[in-house]
Amino acid sequence: MTAALRNRRLVISMAAVSVAMFGFGYLLSPLYLRLCRITGFNRLQSADAVSADMRTMADRTVLMQFDSNLRDGLPWEFRPTQASVPVHPGEQVRISYDVQNHSDHVIVGQAIASYAPEGAAAYVRKLECFCFSMQTLAPHESRRMPVIFVIDPSLPREVRVVTLSYTFFQVPGRQGQVASAAPEGQT
Amino acid sequence: MHAVVTQPIESPSAEHRGFMRWLTSTNHKDIGTLYLCFSFAMFLVGGVMALCIRAELFKPGLQFLRPELFNQLTTMHGLIMVFGAVMPAFVGFANWQLPMMLGAPDMAFPRLNNFSFWLLPPAALLLVASFFAPGGATATGWTLYAPLSVQMGPGMDMGIFAIHLLGISSILGAINIATTILRMRAPGMGWMKMPMFAWTWLITSFLLVAVMPVLASAVTMLLTDRHFGTHFFNAAGGGDPVLFQHIFWFFGHPEVYIMILPAFGIISEIMPTFARKPLFGYRSMVIASSSIGVLAFLVWGHHMFTVGFGVGPELFFMYATMLVGVPTGVKIFNWLGTMWQGSLTFEAPMLFAIGFIFVFLIGGVTGVIVGVAAVDVQLQDTYYVVAHFHYTMVAGTLFALFGATYYWLPKWTGHMYDERLARWHFWLSAIFFNMTFFVQFLLGLGGMPRRIPDYPLQFADLNMVSSIGAAGFGLTQLLFLYVIVKCVRGGKPVGARVWEGARGLEWTLPSPPPHHSFLTPPTIE
Repeated sequence: MTAALRNRRLVISMAAVSVAMFGFGYLLSPLYLRLCRITGFNRLQSADAVSADMRTMADRTVLMQFDSNLRDGLPWEFRPTQASVPVHPGEQVRISYDVQNHSDHVIVGQAIASYAPEGAAAYVRKLECFCFSMQTLAPHESRRMPVIFVIDPSLPREVRVVTLSYTFFQVPGRQGQVASAAPEGQT
Repeated sequence: MHAVVTQPIESPSAEHRGFMRWLTSTNHKDIGTLYLCFSFAMFLVGGVMALCIRAELFKPGLQFLRPELFNQLTTMHGLIMVFGAVMPAFVGFANWQLPMMLGAPDMAFPRLNNFSFWLLPPAALLLVASFFAPGGATATGWTLYAPLSVQMGPGMDMGIFAIHLLGISSILGAINIATTILRMRAPGMGWMKMPMFAWTWLITSFLLVAVMPVLASAVTMLLTDRHFGTHFFNAAGGGDPVLFQHIFWFFGHPEVYIMILPAFGIISEIMPTFARKPLFGYRSMVIASSSIGVLAFLVWGHHMFTVGFGVGPELFFMYATMLVGVPTGVKIFNWLGTMWQGSLTFEAPMLFAIGFIFVFLIGGVTGVIVGVAAVDVQLQDTYYVVAHFHYTMVAGTLFALFGATYYWLPKWTGHMYDERLARWHFWLSAIFFNMTFFVQFLLGLGGMPRRIPDYPLQFADLNMVSSIGAAGFGLTQLLFLYVIVKCVRGGKPVGARVWEGARGLEWTLPSPPPHHSFLTPPTIE
């Protein structure tokens, strides 16, 4: 019967559209990743650019504080080697954090940075950071991890203290297979 | 034309009585009734949750509910009202009305129709039962934002499976409805002769087929993030919680129009009947509805103005949102044009239709206000937003559903409803609704955040007004139930054309209509 056949064709095409849209939902994940890479939104895990003519403002000092946190009961010890450092905006600064794995397993962690006051993130330019990639620690391994950054001289004058805080998250499902996995989003 | 002259399959329900009859029915009227009863039951369940919320907010401090339970109630109230009450109600009206309005014997796929209904009760059970899971029901808000939804207890998994079932049900229902509209119209009923209710449902079903699977993929990602070591929304694993918001609202905004477009169709049916004039600007109505359907896919970002995606996208989403106001405005003016110089009478369906225009306009205009990115940053997650979407969803959608019930119930039962009580229902609903939600605009402007069980003292008076209004609105709906039951059981018999000014194929059938609507397709001049 031709009418029933045409109805069936209509149903199959609509069902195909809904299956395709289910796939499209998943496709959004890589699409957004690509979009963020092209537009430069959300560059949490890649080095910032610093213009060559950035001058050091020797007359101005910002107190840079460092903080560390662990999540998900991660059996690590994680702390900055210095609690705070006075910094001249425009000057390249190198500090470091110590991390140690207290467990008997290989554990993969990822650090996420956050800043205080709100909005300071745009002015702290990280040139090198352990947060750009996942960190794989062998049982009881300890490691000293450097961070190199510059404070943008355009930081508003009234800001005198900036806090850089890292939180280490355990990366589930990656127990030790990947030695030095470059995270997605790093260019 | 596309008419299909086939004998409808005889429903196996003819051999059964009682529960088995309803379980096995493939008749569009039976299934329509099931959908409507289910949605009314869910409306009461969701309504009781809303009343618990309002009771807690009656005065400052914590009275009845622990904060965890309060969060679960706001979440479940949203999920149940959206997926359990509003959407099934529209599918119920589509089931009852579309074959009669298009001149078809039944829906295109009667067995599929039965299946898509019977997916709903298990889903509703899962949602309600999740309150008893360890850790309680989902407490993330109906938007299920990550990372909270990745961290919740097993109640969240039950919610995810319920959403899968509800989604499959909606997609199957939409495919069935679209096929019925596209392929089973009476000979001579061209595109531009279709009833507006059929037009808006056609657009709605395309939206459903396009976006319900996107919600399914979002919650499936949540499920695998929770249990199978993926990290779509886990920042530590290279994912991003904001991705969830993007995917959710890519579904969520079209979903909003899924819940309002059939209401537009209903109002466009009721208005001409009681104005005794044809619908003003039919063609522009069709174009406006279609362009709302297209714009639905371009404005999801206005739900996320505060995630920090830069000035460019904010401006894009802001202007696209403003643009939605244009076709919506066309519709409002067309309805006013339909009433203009008409011979108006104000029976209950017309009261609800006019009430719809009034409250929907308030909801729409405040939507344009929160659509301004700079204003939204202030109002995000306040009671202003709560009031805005309740003006569109409760008053808009629900008033259209009430109006549709009074408009078509005499056709379905063969009896006239109690007009006096129905008018009481309208006036009480209209007054209590505005009492509940108008003050919430003021609370929101004052900075009261949503989804919090307690509030500072300065909000006390307005919250008390809102809670009293909510209790009144809830009780009024029992009157609605009484009017329906009374009408089903008996009343003044009505003829085929129930309303003097009614046009359309459904009014050529006797009241109540025969089991199979049109066995021979009617001809349209």
